[in-house]
Amino acid sequence: MHFVVCLKQVPDTSEVRIDPATNTLMREGVPSIINPYDAHGLEEAIKLRDQLGGKVTIVSMGPPQAKEALKKAISFGADRAILLSDRAFGGSDSLATAYVLSTVLKKIHEAEPIDLIFTGKEAIDGDTAQTGPGIAQRLGFPQLTYIIKIIDISESSITVERKTESGRQIVQAKLPALITVEKELNEIRYATLPNMMKAAAYEPEVWDSKFLEFDIMQMGLKGSPTSVSKIFAPPGRSGGEIIDGTKDPVATAESLVQKILQQNIIMVHPLVKGGKNE
Amino acid sequence: MENFDVIVVGGGPAGLSAAISAAKAGMKTIVIERGNYPGTKNVMGGILYTKPTNMVVPDFWKEAPIERPIIEQRIAMLSGDQCVMASHRDPAWTTEPNAHSVLRVKFDRWLSQQAEKAGVMIIPETIVEDLLYRGDQVAGVRTGRGEGDLGAKIVIIAEGVNNFLAVKAGLAKPLHPHNVAVAVKEIITLPKEKIEDRFCLEEGQGATIELYGDSTAGIMGTGFIYTNKESISIGVGTLLQPLIQQKWTPNDLLEHFKAKPYVKRLLQGGETKEYLAHLIPEGGYTNLPKLYRQGVMVVGDTAMLMNSLNREGSNLAMISGMSAGEVAAQAISAGDTSEQMLAAYERKLRDSFVLKDLHHYRHMSKFFENNPHMLKIYPEIINHAAGMYLTVDGVPKKQRQKEILRMAFKRRSIPGIMKDIYGAWRALL
Ligand SMILES: Cc1cc2nc3c(=O)[nH]c(=O)nc-3n(C[C@H](O)[C@H](O)[C@H](O)COP(=O)(O)OP(=O)(O)OC[C@H]3O[C@@H](n4cnc5c(N)ncnc54)[C@H](O)[C@@H]3O)c2cc1C
Repeated sequence: MHFVVCLKQVPDTSEVRIDPATNTLMREGVPSIINPYDAHGLEEAIKLRDQLGGKVTIVSMGPPQAKEALKKAISFGADRAILLSDRAFGGSDSLATAYVLSTVLKKIHEAEPIDLIFTGKEAIDGDTAQTGPGIAQRLGFPQLTYIIKIIDISESSITVERKTESGRQIVQAKLPALITVEKELNEIRYATLPNMMKAAAYEPEVWDSKFLEFDIMQMGLKGSPTSVSKIFAPPGRSGGEIIDGTKDPVATAESLVQKILQQNIIMVHPLVKGGKNE
Repeated sequence: MENFDVIVVGGGPAGLSAAISAAKAGMKTIVIERGNYPGTKNVMGGILYTKPTNMVVPDFWKEAPIERPIIEQRIAMLSGDQCVMASHRDPAWTTEPNAHSVLRVKFDRWLSQQAEKAGVMIIPETIVEDLLYRGDQVAGVRTGRGEGDLGAKIVIIAEGVNNFLAVKAGLAKPLHPHNVAVAVKEIITLPKEKIEDRFCLEEGQGATIELYGDSTAGIMGTGFIYTNKESISIGVGTLLQPLIQQKWTPNDLLEHFKAKPYVKRLLQGGETKEYLAHLIPEGGYTNLPKLYRQGVMVVGDTAMLMNSLNREGSNLAMISGMSAGEVAAQAISAGDTSEQMLAAYERKLRDSFVLKDLHHYRHMSKFFENNPHMLKIYPEIINHAAGMYLTVDGVPKKQRQKEILRMAFKRRSIPGIMKDIYGAWRALL
């Protein structure tokens, strides 16, 4: 089977700060990582390839430095990595990104039919969660989002468990399909030394905007209707309240209950009159 | 198991230099580094001397990420809030540099790219846990990864000051608090113009300040301040043993240093970007490990090659690495990696300034260990003397000079001073 993973290199947002004066991201010195959700997609693709045979191809759009992320993907065991890198792609929002990626994926699909595409549920530097569905739509593939488990996969169909706001859903779709994945899907492996060495010697393929026929109106800044009007750091949280629990445990519990009642976090059950030991 | 000619453990300046010279001589070479990439784990002040580095990568400074060429070096004695200082400045060192300030995270990464260009394979995020042997001969390494064994004709250990593998290989003794210094350092960002104004520099030039005495609360060591492009490296380093005895934590010592009036003003308004701590090997010549054995050599900090007085560590690391790489290539080409063959490595170091300098300073660490008063009393005497000499209050100069001598002899007897001068002369000259 042919598995394709769309993977983005992102700044490690746990280390990014916002300059309070200018409201811009301070990216200097911040390490780049594979978008964590994408890494779980990669892990699953490699696992399935190892079980069922076939091939894992990585596609990423980004600046030349993103090669690092692709080499890393090779060290986990991917077979082929393609970087889409061109100034003309720069500034793409999720709409334009989905356009570029789907154009490339169509090309790959023609040459080596794809069975399953993986994307992360979202990228941690934008949190939009639109790119995966955008690609599926353009390719005419069924889209399965927020996947936490692949229950079954055959030549022609896939059954997965997805996370929804109110619970879990088990759904089935025909292949080829696209899934966007959650972190619960799996545990990421520790690469073996032979794969690390393979990655060190590997040069990802770089495709620019002339490689395929792209519509320049649909990519880069021109193809990106999203405009960011303002970036700001959320106000810091005020510290919580500490209830002294060292003295009277009954009084402590009571004052805690009163406080969460006042906040409407819990309610007194109608059958409990007055709420107090009646 | 894949086989290499040379496996280098550690991607610091020593390991990368070893790999570059081995690969240039046609050896199939791999570097295993535990950090995310070479440089991430490396802490250095850091001043990098130009000529020794040129020997490893010719004209490196024209393209390597360096911070500033050093044109002025100050040495100061601190006592309380007082300070006596000497300095040397030569603007010609801007164009014919003798040394540069560097940030190791950037520099080591660049050096690793040069190694890759020379054909070296660099494997990051991987720890070497042990050496592999064939009989008595070192024959490879075991890493912490799956299918993680690698074979080699020669292994070069460049693991830095924490010499676990060198100890396991029976080449070195475990570190002892007597033989190590601990250094802590901050990188404090400041705008270019501020740095240049505060240190009286033209655009792009750099300066260093080394402060002795109260900068380390009198403990054997120094406080240092180096200018980078848009930041200042500031730190203190002292021998570990007296630090423990006098119950200072390295961090308190750094804060104590930063609060000195002279220092505070240089840093004012800056923002601390990084905080780093590291050990420095201070065993000196008399504590050198065994440098080689069948199939293995140790280089850089692992070999205790460090001359703190002239802040030379990374250049000794690079020269020793380069020499080991060359000897490895010769031995492998000759098909003989025996102990006798690798003895050429030690001979190279003995013939160069590396071991000559360490030999020259061989009495230094013992001397300062046995005379811990040196950096307590003398900075005090010198600062007092200067203060008294510069005071104009109607006391005739002849009388003032007598007072100065009396002040000095009260703090340290005449025989004591004679002994110190003799001892220091023997240790340093
Ligand atoms: C605060 C400070 C200031 C200094 N200032 C200066 C200065 O101004 N000028 C100067 O010349 N020198 C200076 N030095 C000294 C200089 O930093 C060292 O001498 C130099 O880094 C030694 O190089 P090395 O390659 O031997 O070791 P390191 O630079 O320590 O490199 C060792 C490498 O090996 C890796 N490693 C270790 N164990 C393993 C393992 N088992 N498996 C895989 N990888 C491993 C480590 O991650 C590390 O990258 C300073 C040192 C300190 C601490």
